[in-house]
Amino acid sequence: MAATLSPPRLLPSGDSAITVEFSRSIDDVANQRVLALDRTLARETIIGVTETVPTYRSLLVHYDPVQIDFDTLSEKLITLAQLPVPPVTKMRRWRIPVAYGGEHGIDLEDVARTLNSTPDSIVARHVAGDYRVAMIGFTPGWSYLSGLDASLQTPRLQNPRLLTPAGTVSIGGVQTGVQCLAGPSGWHLLGRTAVRTYQLHRDPIFLLEPGDAVTFSAVDARTFAEQDRAAAAGEIIAELIAS
Amino acid sequence: MSKLVITAIGPASSVQDSGRYGGQRYGLTPSGAMDRLALAAANILVGNAALAAAIEIGPFGAAFTARDGAVRVALSGASRNADISGRAVASNTSMTLTDGETLTLGFARGGSFSYLAIEGGIAGEPMFGSLAVNARAGLGSPYPRPLQAGDELQAAAASGAAECRIDLPPPVIGPIRVVMGPQDDEFGEAKNLFLDSEWKISATSDRMGYRLEGPVIKDLHGHNIVSDGTVNGSIQVPGNGQPIVLMPDRGTSGGYPKIATVITADLGRFAQTSAGTGFRFKAVSMAEAQAEVRKSREMLRTLPDRLGPIDNFALNIEALRDANVAGAAVSAVDAGTWQIPSPADLPSKD
Repeated sequence: MAATLSPPRLLPSGDSAITVEFSRSIDDVANQRVLALDRTLARETIIGVTETVPTYRSLLVHYDPVQIDFDTLSEKLITLAQLPVPPVTKMRRWRIPVAYGGEHGIDLEDVARTLNSTPDSIVARHVAGDYRVAMIGFTPGWSYLSGLDASLQTPRLQNPRLLTPAGTVSIGGVQTGVQCLAGPSGWHLLGRTAVRTYQLHRDPIFLLEPGDAVTFSAVDARTFAEQDRAAAAGEIIAELIAS
Repeated sequence: MSKLVITAIGPASSVQDSGRYGGQRYGLTPSGAMDRLALAAANILVGNAALAAAIEIGPFGAAFTARDGAVRVALSGASRNADISGRAVASNTSMTLTDGETLTLGFARGGSFSYLAIEGGIAGEPMFGSLAVNARAGLGSPYPRPLQAGDELQAAAASGAAECRIDLPPPVIGPIRVVMGPQDDEFGEAKNLFLDSEWKISATSDRMGYRLEGPVIKDLHGHNIVSDGTVNGSIQVPGNGQPIVLMPDRGTSGGYPKIATVITADLGRFAQTSAGTGFRFKAVSMAEAQAEVRKSREMLRTLPDRLGPIDNFALNIEALRDANVAGAAVSAVDAGTWQIPSPADLPSKD
């Protein structure tokens, strides 16, 4: 019999959702358990569960309390959450082109200075990373990635910017991410990608799934401009290098 | 096909329905009506599905004109002065605008949001099963943005059905009920301060969140947590200690601790609380909150049983009473200010 894992904390998020919390901090092991429970719930339909939202450390389970009550669902979730995490046999892996530095990555030089390094070295370490989509949230398609090189960790900006461009690739704390829509951000902007992680009237509308693997490749500004035009016309641009 | 032309409209007015679900794992917020019961009442009055798309009208006034034929509509939600070409009409009734007639709505008095349902629903292209406007994500139909003067909504030609009224149960009063958590353990003694204090909704509130004004609620560990998922009604507490109640256009995840969550049954009532009005929260058990969900679901299901024919006189008494609340030039004790319309003024049933 396989050993069971430690139980998560089940926190009520109102009368129609439960937060299944595996950790209070950013933690790859916890995120793997989040994604495993998410897959389990997709496979083993529990009547009344309507939607799941994975985050770094917890899975938010939305449910219809008319179909299943808090105690019954909690019991089921506790049991499923302690099953051993099965090895991931199929994982999609994307390569996403990024134009680093210059007008597309206005914080690259500052980050290099803060970390006593050079822009080239920062880019080399960011491109070398093997990342996992830990969660997607905040705004449509904003993909938070785990797996940032520990030497690239930086504190977030004291004063978040109110507007950062669509497609920004940035770092903040122990995280890196790809944002799809223009919006506020307190992270350091390293570059931009033409890849739209969210685009209406394209199939698929959402490109990345929580749990997908991501690597980056560096492209020059001219290539970015060409790719951006193609992406606007509906091309995916990101390469699916394994599935 | 007739159409309804938006001749005037204020901010925070948009097409909304039950919202879109299934996309929160991609950062796509549900959107949807701020007050589902009012949305449902307006829809039921004109024979639509309860949570079909309708026009959500913010606190300011608005005007709608029928073109290319008659349009049958119904109004529910926040009380306000309403008239068709100078003839007062009541909330929670259906009404028909003949070609060229204009329905004019005043400012919201009690409440913030009203719903104008169009018989036959709103014609549009659903995305993820919903017409609800989510401007940030470019979603919503027929306009992926709040409504503006000059916008036109295609409408079915008015059916000529008898106008009706809906008798809603008396509004629930008392504190807004919450279930504590998910991060109430971050707050220690401040939980009591949260529950024991009077709060007001700030004027800077919107469909993403209602900002509260009151005592400073201190988090024991510094107001930052690793982001986790949010729901409608999540009460998050940022660094300034002034809670924000997340509403249907919320971010799907957030990095502030959430002290409590407004129960589903009180979300609409909370959304209708006007800026500046004092109110309190009350913690209830999960069992009570879930029993209230069942009750409000049952109420939504049985709304059509509450429909009744319009008695012309009763209709106008109600309109006058509404108008009187606003301090309009109508006195409940001076019959000389009453203007009971003659049958000739009533909308044509053809």
